[in-house]
Amino acid sequence: MVKLPIYLDHNATTPCDPRVVEAMVPYFTNSFGNAASRNHPFGWQAEGAVDNAREQVAQLIGADAKEIIFTSGATEADNLAIKGVFEMYKSKGNHIITCNIEHKAVLDTCKHIEKEGGEVTYLKVNDDGLINLDELEAAIKPTTILIAIMYANNEIGTVMPMKEISALAKQKGVLVFTDATQAVGKIPVDVNKDGIDLLAFTAHKMYGPKGVGALYVRRKNPRVKVTAQIDGGGHERGMRSGTLNVPGIVGFGKACEICKDEMDQDAARISKLRDKLENSLLELEEAYLNGHKKHRLPHVSNISFKFVEGEGLLMGFNKDIALSSGSACTSASLEPSYVLKALGLGDDLAHSSLRFGLGRFTTEDQIDYTIEAVSKTVLKLREMSPLWEMFKEGIDMNAIEWAHH
Amino acid sequence: MSYSEKVIGHYQNPQNVGTLDKSKINVGTGLVGAPECGDVMRLQIEVDSATGLITDAKFKTFGCGSAIASSSIATEWLKGKTVDQAVTIDNMEIVEELHLPPVKIHCSVLAEDAIKAAVNDYRKKNGLEELKFEESVIH
Repeated sequence: MVKLPIYLDHNATTPCDPRVVEAMVPYFTNSFGNAASRNHPFGWQAEGAVDNAREQVAQLIGADAKEIIFTSGATEADNLAIKGVFEMYKSKGNHIITCNIEHKAVLDTCKHIEKEGGEVTYLKVNDDGLINLDELEAAIKPTTILIAIMYANNEIGTVMPMKEISALAKQKGVLVFTDATQAVGKIPVDVNKDGIDLLAFTAHKMYGPKGVGALYVRRKNPRVKVTAQIDGGGHERGMRSGTLNVPGIVGFGKACEICKDEMDQDAARISKLRDKLENSLLELEEAYLNGHKKHRLPHVSNISFKFVEGEGLLMGFNKDIALSSGSACTSASLEPSYVLKALGLGDDLAHSSLRFGLGRFTTEDQIDYTIEAVSKTVLKLREMSPLWEMFKEGIDMNAIEWAHH
Repeated sequence: MSYSEKVIGHYQNPQNVGTLDKSKINVGTGLVGAPECGDVMRLQIEVDSATGLITDAKFKTFGCGSAIASSSIATEWLKGKTVDQAVTIDNMEIVEELHLPPVKIHCSVLAEDAIKAAVNDYRKKNGLEELKFEESVIH
């Protein structure tokens, strides 16, 4: 018997690996010291634990431990990177280039920058979710200080060409920041090979705890500096004040260590399950894959089931299977996914999408169960869908005057 | 968001899903909403022209669980009513019956609009003047 409910929303968050929890526990009780307490063993112990974790975190992305700034998560790291660079490099310019499928933590921070007198270019993506390098090059100007492009997208899993992006940026002397929240721990990310100057990521997307993340800030070639956004005791080399979340950081470190050791085998196993799921569901009529089939994270699949609405579809099995939809009805804004719309999908297809996010603990029988439940519900709802009936009768739905509200 | 028991009930066992022959003069069809908005409802009534009573009602809906439930309950309520009674069904009655949360009120509005559209289609087919309704406030 398959164990229910099944969790297939690993792009939202992941469970803590039991090994991570085990590593964290002592730092809540016996080793509870403040890592900034320099004068007693409690502090030394905490500091040692943080140093060790910093090393583990740095190693996963090929960085030096000194280049890791711990934050409360990726949103804070995104804010620190963009606002911090904007303020630090004001004398050099005020122009930032990003793209229109970034996470809100980047897009809304860029909106803030615009209010502060900055100029932001939002590159469009093609229908696979990739930016066009020629357009990127054309957008760079003398005042450009930062290119902020995500490593991999959270809704469709498309992986951006980071090496090519950074090569272009290097030529023009522009810094590269990437929100790698979805990529780190899932696919190999190396700040040197990829030519990245700043990189944001978080523990809870890679089987670590919530509430802890990091910003990588390059120290050599070039030496990058950011203006602190949180002032106080001068922690994290003055770039991020606030008492360190020692248990969280220890858990983050352990999570990174496990990912480093097990990423390849996890990715191989998970992508096989993902492909099984995807291939089975795409056998349904009028089912379409969203995003790039190849340049993609191994654990994500985003599929639109035309003529059924995403939230209605989820309701068919959401007691048993945890999934996300790009449907407006599942979001607070009542707008369908801006990421899917950026790919050129019509609102109708965006409303009809499901995102499957597999993970380290996903099993084959869970995938089999999901294939059956989703297929069954799609067929059932299509029997109920006036659009499906029109499609089957060959009626041109674009010719109908719909009452938009 | 969690759904009320009633919404879940109608979603799992929707009443009166189907299609009536829209070429028949005593069948009225209302198609409201738009695919881009994530909701399309088609509601049909079959009227006994002698008595003016609605003898059958069917729906098909593209939308969330609340939209499906709203159209399901609407078809239930329509059967046995006269065409004139049908247009007095208020969306708030559906909201109350299904315990719809505020973000789902538009589903009930759509159901009310679908009823009115079906009735007007029936009236038009039978040489009666179409009823004019005030624009619904919530969309």
